[in-house]
Amino acid sequence: MGNNFLIKKRIFGLFLTLALVFLYTQPVLALEVPPLKGRVNDYAGILAPATARQLEDVLQKFETAESTQIVLLTVPSLEGTSLEDFSLRVVEAWKLGQKKLDNGTLLLIAKNDRKLRIEVGYGLEGKLTDLVSGRIIRDIITPRFKEGNFDQGVIDGIAAIMAVAKGEFTAANTQSRHNSGADPGAIIIFLLVLFSVLGRILARAPWLAAGAGAIFAPVFGAIILGLGGLGLLALALLGFIFGLIAARIASAAGGGFFGGFGGGMGGFGGGSSGGFSGFSGVGGSFGGGGASGSW
Amino acid sequence: MKRIINFGVLLIVALFLSSCGYNSLQTQEETVFKAWADIEATLQRRADLIPNLVATVKGYAQHEQETLQKVVEARAKATSVQLSPADLSNPAAMQQFRANQGELSSALSRLMVVVEKYPDLKANQNFLDLQNQLEGTENRINVARQRYNEAVELFNGSIRKFPASLTNKFLLHLVKKEYFKADEAAKAVPKVTF
Repeated sequence: MGNNFLIKKRIFGLFLTLALVFLYTQPVLALEVPPLKGRVNDYAGILAPATARQLEDVLQKFETAESTQIVLLTVPSLEGTSLEDFSLRVVEAWKLGQKKLDNGTLLLIAKNDRKLRIEVGYGLEGKLTDLVSGRIIRDIITPRFKEGNFDQGVIDGIAAIMAVAKGEFTAANTQSRHNSGADPGAIIIFLLVLFSVLGRILARAPWLAAGAGAIFAPVFGAIILGLGGLGLLALALLGFIFGLIAARIASAAGGGFFGGFGGGMGGFGGGSSGGFSGFSGVGGSFGGGGASGSW
Repeated sequence: MKRIINFGVLLIVALFLSSCGYNSLQTQEETVFKAWADIEATLQRRADLIPNLVATVKGYAQHEQETLQKVVEARAKATSVQLSPADLSNPAAMQQFRANQGELSSALSRLMVVVEKYPDLKANQNFLDLQNQLEGTENRINVARQRYNEAVELFNGSIRKFPASLTNKFLLHLVKKEYFKADEAAKAVPKVTF
């Protein structure tokens, strides 16, 4: 049993990898969104290390107190991408701000293009309007940048943004940033109930279980995660394997809840493994608010 | 045991019903309507900015009456046409709407180019604020348009894909939606470099 199970585990690992490869294939964009390192992402290296540390600290305290999330990104060059497009892509990828409050803000600086932008989340658009963002850029940041004083410009700019955003939200609004779009608790409970029932039935018919897995995994993938095409095919294979494994476990355990649980986890494992690229509700959303400028 | 089987069958039936697209098609259509409402809101926001902008520019640029007049006219024309949700499936209505908005966009970008000649105006705080707001609004329009087009793409794809296509054909009868493409003439977003 042990050896057999290990082999099946390996096969599952292989399929999981394949599924992930299928699901992560996305069109290549001109300028990649860099990974979110922290609140200060100085990829262009325009800030002194002490300034970066200080900003990181201030922004973290601000977020703890106000839940409003302000993040700085500097890039060496836009590589021909439009500032607004890139900025939106960054905030869509990073999902700054708390979910539902949409209180994220990005200060984006493209060093060689001499352009900068404040991208404002929906929740802050009321206070940090295009007008106010424009003034912060025009009157506070760019004069410093023109002198070549990036440190002071960024510090003053962030301070101005914080002053405007202050009081709009409180820490009580803070939620876990890692919530998924669909309510995972409800899905898990639903699947547990469903599969504890099915587990009893399927414990005696492994191929039926495999077939059911092959059907359910893509169905869940489609309904809950909105997947399509190759992703569904991969899920069908995963479901098939899981069904077999689950039936094996179920018959070993004599059916009943444990078998059902195994089947349930099989179905859910298939579903959720496809999910990481499909979930989109984490964090705040943006609608193009804010202002751009240059120095 | 029998009851358990019945329960299981019921669940399976429910699952297959929801995979036939009856619900998801309607949700997706709602998403299209909502995305359209967002576009209209941003377009309205732009229209609301224009009287103020025109008044500010007028004070400094007396010689640009013609350009200003064109903006005012284009605004009047653009705000006179509203699309109902049913019009989203009507190519002619959408085309007309797009042309009107595109005209306003190009009238505005012409205005933003001619103001380059007036350094006093460009130093005016009020004008700079308006310019920021206008740029911001144009950017929002772009974002809203992109999101609307994505929603339309998803919806149009769904009503043609099996098995939802059958559900739509026999039960829902939802119609394909039109994309809101950027008008070619309006591609140049008003943008002023300093």
